[in-house]
Amino acid sequence: MDIPYTSKPRPDTGIYNAKVGIWLFLASEVMLFGALFSAYILLRVGAPEGTWVHGMLNIPIGTFNTFVLITSSVTVVLGWAALQLGNFQKYKFYQAITILCALGFMGIKSFEYADKFKHYEVWLKNPVTVMHGDKEVQTNRVLGHIEYDGKHPYFWNTRTLREKGIEGFKFEADPYHYTLSPKELAHAKSVSKGKPHVVLDIKTADVERLSAFVPSHSTYFAVYFTLTALHGLHVLGGALVIFYIWGPGAKMWKSDPLRYTNRVEVSGLFWHFVDLVWIFLFPIIYLL
Amino acid sequence: MSLKAFHVIFITAASVLAFWFAAWMWKAYQAEGGRGDLYYAIGSLAVGVGLLVYEGFFLKKLKKVSYL
Repeated sequence: MDIPYTSKPRPDTGIYNAKVGIWLFLASEVMLFGALFSAYILLRVGAPEGTWVHGMLNIPIGTFNTFVLITSSVTVVLGWAALQLGNFQKYKFYQAITILCALGFMGIKSFEYADKFKHYEVWLKNPVTVMHGDKEVQTNRVLGHIEYDGKHPYFWNTRTLREKGIEGFKFEADPYHYTLSPKELAHAKSVSKGKPHVVLDIKTADVERLSAFVPSHSTYFAVYFTLTALHGLHVLGGALVIFYIWGPGAKMWKSDPLRYTNRVEVSGLFWHFVDLVWIFLFPIIYLL
Repeated sequence: MSLKAFHVIFITAASVLAFWFAAWMWKAYQAEGGRGDLYYAIGSLAVGVGLLVYEGFFLKKLKKVSYL
């Protein structure tokens, strides 16, 4: 039995069925991401002043990943255009670049995640002296990296210290804190570039709370990981579909080239949606 | 909406982001004077212009493909 309108447009809609299907699916995706974006905006606007985490993400890495996704969107379209002209080899070449871009994006994202999992904030019972840029300040909240047994551990928290029976650890303090205003934070980062970090000897008994930059750290990181992980899953899903059509599913090009081209278009529409989400995600999460 | 139409929307959004990012980095450069910020601003501006040029080329190349 033939499935109708997989290649030719359906007379009442004017387009083939898979295109109607993908747009209905994308409409539901808009609602999903729209709800999360709205939640982010409301949480941020409602946060008391000075409590919202900002300036903690790596902008050069985020920018590079944005560039990678834009490149992948261009190659998806060029691949589809090559198929329209009957040039299968060119399509294969462009889609291979798309798949590599997707893998590159995920690789860079996992590096970024790993960096957050070993970056900490410690809340102390008594204030200590640290640098904020070129100023010496007394504070009981410090950001930085733990050094224990010559290693930088991942995912530690207050409970880890108790369970492992750790009496104390070294803490390489960052010369800034997110409670500073964006201007002060930028200045602190700028003047302390290349200078060695202050290393604190912290006793576990003095620790009120310890948390890595994980979802439980703060509302900001909870939203950051929810949004970027959901987006990452979409990248992975899209890459798998594109890979299937490009590799094992490419046999269809010989039997039904029009339907095959339509499949490539539908996967390209999904890929563009995923990339468009990132175009909104990047400035909101990384820059503002 | 075809992939062609969605691509045009996407490239327009990406170039808006590039110009906005260039302005954001230029502001950061004026505040702190970091050379890195200046390079970012110039690079983003170039990417924004490049995307618009590419969009023109793309529309010319796919003149015969439907927007539907």
